[in-house]
Amino acid sequence: MEVLRLPLSASQKGKLISAGYTSMASLSSISPSHLALELKIPQTEALEILKSVSNGSKLESTSSSHTIVNGAQSAWEMLQEEETLVHITTSCADLDNILGGGISCKEVTEIGGVPGIGKTQLGVQLVVNVQIPYDYGGVGGKAIYIDTEGSFMVERALQIAEACSADMAEYSRLYRKGSQARESKMMHPKDFLENIFYFRVCSYTEQIALVNYLDKFITEHKDVKAVIIDSITFHFRQDFDDMALRTRVLGGMALNLMKLARKFGLAVVILNQVTTKYADGSFRLALALGDSWSHASTNRIILHWNGNQRYAYIDKSPSLRSASAPYSVTLEGIRNSASNNKRVKNT
Amino acid sequence: MCNYCAFKETLVLLVTFVAGDMANKLITEIGLPKSIGHIFAARNIITAKDALSLTEFELMELLDVGLEQVKFAVALISEVTSPPYQTVQSLLEQRVQNEYLMGHLPTHLKGLDAALCGGLPFGALTELVGPSGIGKTQFCLKISLLAALPSCYGGLDGHVIYIDVESKFSSRRLIEIGINSFPEIFCLEGMAKEMAGRITVLRPGSLTEFTESLQKVKVSVLQHQVKLLIIDSMAALVSGEYEQGPQRQHPLGWHISFIKSLAEFSRIPVLMTNQVRSRVANQISQYVFQAESRELMVEDNTEKFDSRLVAALGIHWAHAVNVRLVLESRSGQRFIKVAKSPMSPPLAFPFQVTSMGIVLLNDDGVEMEGSQINAIDHQGHSDIIYHGDER
Repeated sequence: MEVLRLPLSASQKGKLISAGYTSMASLSSISPSHLALELKIPQTEALEILKSVSNGSKLESTSSSHTIVNGAQSAWEMLQEEETLVHITTSCADLDNILGGGISCKEVTEIGGVPGIGKTQLGVQLVVNVQIPYDYGGVGGKAIYIDTEGSFMVERALQIAEACSADMAEYSRLYRKGSQARESKMMHPKDFLENIFYFRVCSYTEQIALVNYLDKFITEHKDVKAVIIDSITFHFRQDFDDMALRTRVLGGMALNLMKLARKFGLAVVILNQVTTKYADGSFRLALALGDSWSHASTNRIILHWNGNQRYAYIDKSPSLRSASAPYSVTLEGIRNSASNNKRVKNT
Repeated sequence: MCNYCAFKETLVLLVTFVAGDMANKLITEIGLPKSIGHIFAARNIITAKDALSLTEFELMELLDVGLEQVKFAVALISEVTSPPYQTVQSLLEQRVQNEYLMGHLPTHLKGLDAALCGGLPFGALTELVGPSGIGKTQFCLKISLLAALPSCYGGLDGHVIYIDVESKFSSRRLIEIGINSFPEIFCLEGMAKEMAGRITVLRPGSLTEFTESLQKVKVSVLQHQVKLLIIDSMAALVSGEYEQGPQRQHPLGWHISFIKSLAEFSRIPVLMTNQVRSRVANQISQYVFQAESRELMVEDNTEKFDSRLVAALGIHWAHAVNVRLVLESRSGQRFIKVAKSPMSPPLAFPFQVTSMGIVLLNDDGVEMEGSQINAIDHQGHSDIIYHGDER
């Protein structure tokens, strides 16, 4: 036990252990008055104990920054980091534009919409696009697809991978001449599919377990740069009688996902369903899982119909302006909407 | 992936499914260090579900142990409870090798099969929704036959479980469709009996009975060569007016999950029919931000359609099904539309009901856009359920 290593008297250590404080972490965010109450010691003594704890952990700090709080970052450092932030393209230029380049890695983005609007399509497009190599302007990473509803269709992933591969070949042919055209990274559809790790989740317990386990999994597969959860809602809509429990569990999961995104610098995309809410005298559509969940993601995009056109609307983002962009779902996947872009039928 | 590996994997999946999903994994079987294992048991945390439903802080309080220990325990429980992964490439190879048409049941409606990449997808829920008398049960009868047919005739050579909630199943009509569609098979001695013998009809009288029969169905699916499950209809199970209040859990929520898991583990197609109901007058399907920026909204075209019908069972159900086929009638012509599908464009095909069941009049289909995709029309449709030949 870590507490034993602290420079404290035996009786102090004894009191800490019997009160349940066995590790440094358990003492890291406790106030002196609280500790004093717990151990039945004077506050000054509690303060001493906590100082020795923080001294111990400071030695382990690898941060070379001069922050006043251990483990934090200054806004300037964050800005430097943001400049180098990578984005995953959605294959729809209009959508990429309003997103500042695409879905950003290192953040959690929530995408919601009615059935059939294209959430799964966008999810599959992203797990393919994250693999586009650096030479082609992509991230060159692998992907995890967590399927909770069974909407993932292998045939569709293959179609989208084939289209991406064809696009890359076309790009190579047009723009990369001479020595560059050495085809340094020719990706075949099979390669794309090989780099998508597919998990099928059948209950909310499995969902929680998997999100917890992802930390270890991604440590072992450091190339993963995108995690798609399709959808986060399904198992939470029916099994729960205790709504308070649901909120707590979802909250925990949301934090885990944010940690994951930051720690590994990957994009976490959660697809959400839609429900009806009674407000202002009529029924309105809203994303599922309630108001408390709406804080869980950093960015939120709502996919909706406007007349005959599909649109993506940025509902929430700390840095992007609220905007709408049209897109379409074609045989090749998500693409720009163009009135003359007639969809090739699947015959 | 070699055949043996694929087989082993399927076996593992089957065993897991039969044993109950990982949520019920016992803490004692996870292999936690003895000291903490005992504490979990002492505090009545028996299954993985119990443990993972609590936050780390709650566990610390409940078990009276430090954060590090809780983190370690949760990490181990999570790792064991997590489902296994597969690369999509290996999934593809598995399907190509082991499954008929890579996991599709052909409907013998050429245009529809092309749109659905082969037919009704295995391991997924397909919904058939439309006004009464339009041809849903006809479709179900035909597809039951198709699943029962021997493989040399393009069938799955298997059993079919048909859950007939509204007593609409007609054996006579089934045989008639068979004789007219596949005369060369049905004229053979004993064929009709064999084919009809493969279709098991269940008639639950209530939601409770339906729930019970689902358990029996699960056992049967795993034991016998059941290749298709049909539920006609889902909406009839929820008696009376089901109001979709925002706080209320869906009455069929558990069933939907159960049927989905069943479909997935056994890799069979599940076909479910749904009714329609009239749209509530003040039901505007808009988001808050849309209502606020009214200038940007294009006029909603559904108001112009003479369509005040929507699929029953609400939006949660609509999310849960993987493929939605809408049957409707416009100006006296019936259409079957692919309203929701992860792999098809929204195409509509005109059809007719004949002695052979459902027949498409045009295999190319017309692409739908926007609100047309999900609207359900009921114009010019004469409410004839079935009346011999309709040419």
